[in-house]
Amino acid sequence: MPSVSILPGPRARRARLGRLAGRTVSLALTLLGLMALTFLMGRLLPADPVLAVTGFEVDRATYDRVFLELGLDRPVWQQFLAYVGGIFQGDLGRSTTTGQPVAVDLLRVFPATFELALTAALVGSLLGIPLGIVAAVNRDRMIDHIARIIGLAGYSIPIFWMGLMALLVFYAKLRWVGASGRVDVYYEGLVPSRTGLLLVDSAIAGDWAVFRSAFAHLILPASILGYYSTAYISRMARSFMLEQLGQEYIVAARAKGLPRHAVVWRHAFKNIRVQLLTVVALVFAGLLDGTVLVETVFGWPGVGQYLTRGLQYNDMNVVMGTVLVIGLLFLAMNTITDWLYRRLDPRTR
Amino acid sequence: MSGTARPGSDSLGRPQGLRAWLDAEEPRSLRQARAQRAWRGWQAFLGHRLGVVGLVLVVGLVLVALLAPWLATYDPLIQVMDERLQPPSAAHWLGTDHLGRDIYSRIVWGARTTLRIAVLVAVIVAPIGLAIGATAGYLGGIADEILMRVTDIFLAFPGLILALGFAAALGPGINNAIIAIALTAWPPIARLARAEALTIRGSDYIAAVRLQGASRTRLITRHVVPMCLPSVVVRVTLNMAGVILTAAGLGFLGLGAQPPWPEWGAMVAVGRQFMFDSPWVVAAPGIAIAVISLAFNLFGDALRDMLDPRSM
Repeated sequence: MPSVSILPGPRARRARLGRLAGRTVSLALTLLGLMALTFLMGRLLPADPVLAVTGFEVDRATYDRVFLELGLDRPVWQQFLAYVGGIFQGDLGRSTTTGQPVAVDLLRVFPATFELALTAALVGSLLGIPLGIVAAVNRDRMIDHIARIIGLAGYSIPIFWMGLMALLVFYAKLRWVGASGRVDVYYEGLVPSRTGLLLVDSAIAGDWAVFRSAFAHLILPASILGYYSTAYISRMARSFMLEQLGQEYIVAARAKGLPRHAVVWRHAFKNIRVQLLTVVALVFAGLLDGTVLVETVFGWPGVGQYLTRGLQYNDMNVVMGTVLVIGLLFLAMNTITDWLYRRLDPRTR
Repeated sequence: MSGTARPGSDSLGRPQGLRAWLDAEEPRSLRQARAQRAWRGWQAFLGHRLGVVGLVLVVGLVLVALLAPWLATYDPLIQVMDERLQPPSAAHWLGTDHLGRDIYSRIVWGARTTLRIAVLVAVIVAPIGLAIGATAGYLGGIADEILMRVTDIFLAFPGLILALGFAAALGPGINNAIIAIALTAWPPIARLARAEALTIRGSDYIAAVRLQGASRTRLITRHVVPMCLPSVVVRVTLNMAGVILTAAGLGFLGLGAQPPWPEWGAMVAVGRQFMFDSPWVVAAPGIAIAVISLAFNLFGDALRDMLDPRSM
């Protein structure tokens, strides 16, 4: 979209710089706040942060060493500064279960989650947007009711339960899909990792057996997550479309004699594109939430499973680090979406 | 205004039915006006059929939770090893789990857990959200800036993730799960209360009260908060489905009510290992969660449609 430039005077430019500075400051404060929250989780809330790191059976000497290593003898604000300083150097602490730095672990498991969330967002957009629009155009008819039921189910059925039921039907009974993990065991590590996305990697390597196996494993968790995005996206698309359809320009276009599909897709749809983009971006961020439960159900070796393992073994560095990174990703998505929205929608200027 | 008109008679003492009192063209007292508004709201609500279904289901949950000792057919904790993983039958309506416990009775008792979480989260979240939102909105300026910045930070995490983090830090257990969920559920309430307070702040009656010399605390607690209350109550109801799903998710991950106490999410988690041979162990508690969150969704949607017809 070519940007229309109304020659900015010095005052307008200064105002824009001011807004930019304001946004940067507030972003920085939010970042600091995110870290303060995870710090609160790890160092302040547990009855004894040392035991949270070491576990309960620990001798006095180790206890004292960990106490000093955590810097618990220093004032809280110094501990917080040290924590923030560490994060800026990419130090999220070490996992007590894997023995690796949490940051390294997260980089390793992230591509699996990314592949899952990306596929789910794709499914959600491809189904949800048309469904919502068709529902709005045929308001209160059959298709609208179906869309509503899909939405309500998505808002009501616990995602982990739907995942288990899907496993029961499509894996145990029908044998259509693979069970847990990203690929059958005997295919693991066969294709070189270029992108980290197993489907892409196996396609590049031309290894179609691995590709088929990876697809069979991905399809079910991605569809479950995708269903929940469909529920949300279609609901939003429907309400955006209804808003447009009530506008006068739509009546004018219809009065002019344009066929209905042309009015809907060429006029109204154009005006909700930017809003839809925002929704899809938000869904992508929200998928980080659902993925924790879905990965646990499907044994998908991603960020979510890493987090729940950390929970099970009381590995606080893993919990804090993962929560923080997910918060950062969420914040980044929201910031980018905001920025895109302002760039693409001339009304917000 | 004095409440001279009572149900059963008007101001002249003519006998009238309660219905006539509620339908009277002109209310003669504050109490009558309020009762009429509630009555009209109730009638409008009855027009939302799905909302009524939702309300009935919610009331059903409350009844099941209250009457659990009488509705349950077995002790939910008693283990009968000879009757492990029995399919649904006349003796065990929903079958038994891997320890031979009656699933129907566990679901009935589990309703108490769910209700307890829902009620306590609402009771914690509504006052916190109201206090923070109304203060921020009424005072404005630097106080608003700080309070809303804090709210934004909590909103910057996906809900379940933040609850997971807090629950993990506080340690497993139902009360900690409730605290963790409440910590993640108050920000939207605060935002809403702030928006309401912003519009109230400039109104004439607030200026009048201020001129009478009321303190800020009095203004906020007596004159701003009551005006924010209705929309906050609706919002808390709307969010209840999310709260129940988050609670179930925490339970599923082992961070909610601890065994052997029945909690629906945890029942699904335990049943997982036996799911392929005994699907009923997992099916029933999942359906219970879905029905209750559906009920809150339907009820909340109807409430929202009534109060804000634009958002259809």
